[in-house]
Amino acid sequence: MTIPSGMTEATFADGLAAMRDVVGAEWVFDQPADLNTYRDFYSVFWGEPEERLASAAAAPANVEQVQALVRIANERRIPIYPISTGRNLGYGGSAPVLSGSVVLDLKRMDRVLEVNEDNCSCLVEPGVSFFDMYRHLRESGSKLMMSVPDPGWGSLVGNALDSGGGYTVAGYRGHWEAVCGIEAVMPDGELLRTGMGALPGSETWQQYRLGIGPCLDGLFRQSSLGVVTKMGFWLYPMPESMLSASVSVMRFEDLEELVRIANELEYGNVFNGMPGFSSPVLARENPIVMSMVPEPEVMNAMVAETGLPAWSFASNFYGPERVVREQWAYMQSRFAHIPGVRFAETGFVRLPLTPEDMERIHKPRFGIPSLEIFSVGSRGYGDFNPSDGHIWFSAVIPRSGQGIIAANRVMRAECERLGLDLFMFVPSVTCWTRSFVLFAAVPVYKDATRNRELRDKVREVIATCASHGWGEYRCPPAFMDNVMDAYSFGEHKLRRVNEAIKDALDPNGVLSAGRYGVWPRHLREGRGA
Amino acid sequence: MKWLYLALPLSALAVTASVAAQSQGSQAQRGQQLFTHFCAPCHGQGAGDDRSDMLPGTAALARRYQGAKPAALELRTDLPAPVLTLFVRRGVGPMPAFRPSELSDADVAAIAAYLAQPD
Ligand SMILES: Cc1cc2nc3c(=O)[nH]c(=O)nc-3n(C[C@H](O)[C@H](O)[C@H](O)COP(=O)(O)OP(=O)(O)OC[C@H]3O[C@@H](n4cnc5c(N)ncnc54)[C@H](O)[C@@H]3O)c2cc1C
Repeated sequence: MTIPSGMTEATFADGLAAMRDVVGAEWVFDQPADLNTYRDFYSVFWGEPEERLASAAAAPANVEQVQALVRIANERRIPIYPISTGRNLGYGGSAPVLSGSVVLDLKRMDRVLEVNEDNCSCLVEPGVSFFDMYRHLRESGSKLMMSVPDPGWGSLVGNALDSGGGYTVAGYRGHWEAVCGIEAVMPDGELLRTGMGALPGSETWQQYRLGIGPCLDGLFRQSSLGVVTKMGFWLYPMPESMLSASVSVMRFEDLEELVRIANELEYGNVFNGMPGFSSPVLARENPIVMSMVPEPEVMNAMVAETGLPAWSFASNFYGPERVVREQWAYMQSRFAHIPGVRFAETGFVRLPLTPEDMERIHKPRFGIPSLEIFSVGSRGYGDFNPSDGHIWFSAVIPRSGQGIIAANRVMRAECERLGLDLFMFVPSVTCWTRSFVLFAAVPVYKDATRNRELRDKVREVIATCASHGWGEYRCPPAFMDNVMDAYSFGEHKLRRVNEAIKDALDPNGVLSAGRYGVWPRHLREGRGA
Repeated sequence: MKWLYLALPLSALAVTASVAAQSQGSQAQRGQQLFTHFCAPCHGQGAGDDRSDMLPGTAALARRYQGAKPAALELRTDLPAPVLTLFVRRGVGPMPAFRPSELSDADVAAIAAYLAQPD
């Protein structure tokens, strides 16, 4: 068994025994067959000594049990690592960042505590998956729609805590943006409620996010400071309809104007759905990988030859039919001056959806959880073996035409130089309003030699992106230190402040050590090694 | 006397058998619910969205078996609990393992009982 480094077997055994007393022996797992299920199935360290492995896992059923487990760990300095549904594939799965940690598996805490139809909000426990929540909303006849990431087996809480994104309406699809109210067990075992939750008797915990004083919600995003046991979210009132449309332009040089106007229309609330920017002429060979953006005259010649647009902006409008049709008409008027511009209505559906609609829509755009994204990986584009999984590379870049072109060229050139495979590459993901995120899926292998090379290459890409001012918004544990290193303003003041907060709130350094490059004092020097 | 002696165990046997059938039935029923929730989003029958003609897990098995076995798990009867447990607890291809906190051994056995039922 892996035991936490620097700990005696006796102390660890005593800790596990105390944990068994709290949750019951059947909910503490320390046998290899069970622990195998806590490995990160898409780990870039698979089978190597550096693979991040849990020493044990404990699955509490309620907040009191979480508090008791945290106290047991804190008293004995046993490292612990909370997960909600543990489906963070591509960003670490259900494994801890520090090997030897005991995973606090919160899947059993799966109650939907409240859905407020009038306030359009909910309060849930960490184990509530998107599938669970969807079923709850439908069975209760709710008029609300949630936002879901592509795979529906994750949780509202775990996904939002890692800053995940979905496909629906602005303000909701950046899942952290829709959070309102957090309850967390702090490393000393005490319970904190943020926002209005701190005021006994308040009815506004899910209505007003800020409460009084510094807003502490951010302490829990991508952090190592508390075990979140409840989280509130704003939900979107189910719209009457959804209209999808596209605006396509036929010249390389029109991209800047396309993005500029689209931004203005989005920030001005003329459309509310997730925008998409693509290049039909550069996606001919592979629909999910944008090839290198060529020089303007070359691209324009490709457009002339194929008749395919140089760039396309897809927009979605959620709302009453009368309103969305007007919005779309207005949008067209704003692009009409671009020579050769083409407009197309690509879809219109009324809600609730019919079974026929369900067969032809991308479910996450309607807040419907599915696992259909996995056909992308297993269908296989390119010549890699798609079955070993992948990691995500996701860097924040400027929301402009130049942003897309620069990110595309730098990333493609780097991949070519390094011989790094990608099986999905979109330089302009818009789950989070106001910026683009360059997304790439990098295939991983159950082969140490290939993974070692892959890790070196990804580290080079992180450094190259940083030299352009692009930092990742999220990353797998293998690269957390590198990514945090890139945010280096003021001699790494960001990390140093995070470390000071860590030392103050978790002086024994037991919670989620190393997450996003923030290590407790006793592990700081070696970064957990 | 002999008759009574014989009759008792027989009726007891009948009761036991029907209880066993019932509990097998309810185990399979529970297995069906679990299958619908945990497995069917990937391994169900029917089309996917975005015009895929199969769900991802079913499509992957169709490619693997090339017609030698049905691609949809619900059309298979050769997945007893030990075999299913192996896949569920170890993961396969892009499918990660399922933890005992989300699917207990009894849950996996219930899914196996559901899949073992003739169609
Ligand atoms: C094919 C594919 C497509 C994907 N598409 C998307 C997508 O569209 N959008 C997206 O956002 N992601 C996507 N992902 C990434 C990932 O699968 C999802 O984000 C998933 O929802 C994360 O897992 P989870 O919800 O189970 O969170 P968890 O794994 O439970 O949590 C994530 C992390 O948050 C922390 N944490 C969790 N719970 C707590 C808690 N209660 N207290 C303190 N800390 C906690 C832990 O550090 C944990 O490791 C995709 C992955 C794959 C493989």
